[in-house]
Amino acid sequence: MNAPRAALAILGKELRAEFRSFELLTSTLVFVLIVVFVFSFAFDPSAAESRRFGPGLLWIALLFAGSLMLQPCFSRERVNDTLGGLRLAPIAPVAILAGKILANFLFLTLVEAALLPIFGVLYNIPLVPVAGQLALIMLMGTVGVATIGTVFSAIASHARMRELLLPLLLLPALAPVLLASTELTAGILADPPELRTAWLVIVGAFDIMFLTATWLFGEYLLEE
Amino acid sequence: MPAANPISESSKAPGIIFENAEKRFGSLVALRRLSLEIASGEFVVLVGPNGSGKTTLLRLSALLSRPTGGKVTVGNSDGAAQADVKSKIGMVGHATMVYDELTAEENLTFFARLYNLSDPRRRATEALEPAGLADRAGDLVRTFSRGMRQRLAIARALLAGPTLLLLDEPAAGLDRDGAAWLAGTLVRLRSAGATVLMSSHGQSESLTLATRAIEMRGGTVVADSGAGGDLGSIIERGAGAHSSESSTAGQR
Repeated sequence: MNAPRAALAILGKELRAEFRSFELLTSTLVFVLIVVFVFSFAFDPSAAESRRFGPGLLWIALLFAGSLMLQPCFSRERVNDTLGGLRLAPIAPVAILAGKILANFLFLTLVEAALLPIFGVLYNIPLVPVAGQLALIMLMGTVGVATIGTVFSAIASHARMRELLLPLLLLPALAPVLLASTELTAGILADPPELRTAWLVIVGAFDIMFLTATWLFGEYLLEE
Repeated sequence: MPAANPISESSKAPGIIFENAEKRFGSLVALRRLSLEIASGEFVVLVGPNGSGKTTLLRLSALLSRPTGGKVTVGNSDGAAQADVKSKIGMVGHATMVYDELTAEENLTFFARLYNLSDPRRRATEALEPAGLADRAGDLVRTFSRGMRQRLAIARALLAGPTLLLLDEPAAGLDRDGAAWLAGTLVRLRSAGATVLMSSHGQSESLTLATRAIEMRGGTVVADSGAGGDLGSIIERGAGAHSSESSTAGQR
């Protein structure tokens, strides 16, 4: 079976399992909502402060969402050695990672879609006028979080202290994507809004770099 | 009851060659410089106490693991041919390799897709019937008993009509009917020319099918009926080792 079809089959399996229970989506969404609510009530920011600190808070919340959501991505496959079942199949190992990355990207996008309107209301930031640019930034940032997070979830799943290891690996690895996405979001929420293309190039470069590394070294990530 | 997954006459079963193969997990040596050749069509039973290296040998044979030293060749498993060899391998491991959060039918349909089988849903339904799980096809695997999970694991391994079957204590958890189904399936596979490598603690009725027995201890082969050892006595010793382990465990 070719890799794209195998990746889609794995994506379908992930969606079926998640949409049956909504365990991962519900817990992640509740968690990020608590984070933005707590910050909103703790600091009670003015409109100007919200524009200044809001983007950083938004991406920190999404980092937390990522580390929570990506943790079980591969550790769940170890319960019945289903990862062994996938690796036994005559498919390219990169298809397993690609299917997982696609699933994580979709789940994170769903969480963002639910989070953004609430974030806009709580922090009094009108998001509708910059919706197109914001969607582009979220898309590129989420590709980075999903790709890097899935790769590190695969690496961490081999370790005994995997629950602790993933956030420790994830934060420094995601720092460039998070910084660039925060700068981009701050730019479009500024007055007047501007799309800082240099940061866009950085996020795009990181996305391409990690997707290429996954394609090249995916086989080794999944080895015993 | 339909005969599931007949082996195509044209597809030759892969053999396995271990050349000074070694597998280490940190400081633990699971397999020591093992040299062994399993020819196409052989039915080999692996016996030996826990921790003797049987599971490691099976996982290396399944290409799930790479040796840390030496070489393991399964069919022509180099480079681009690996996917072709993998499509001929069926494995039942210690774990079931099926998803608890999917139904039995969804599990087999998913794996049938990965093996690029035509009409995956029909293939899944056909595989569930001889396993005695047709009436539970729509139930989540997490609701299954241990024996039913094992039947599903065997059905998954047989789904793509493997010509190399790797079985790690496949009868574990099976009731009498399940064990009879497994034995019948192995008879059919053997007569179709499949290569079978099965680890066992010497209590399975499938042992009578063996054409060769290998006893392992400490990560190496200590007796091999293919190299002059007596098949019956090797299997008996394997069963004896298991009984003494079980009784020791029972006294603890």
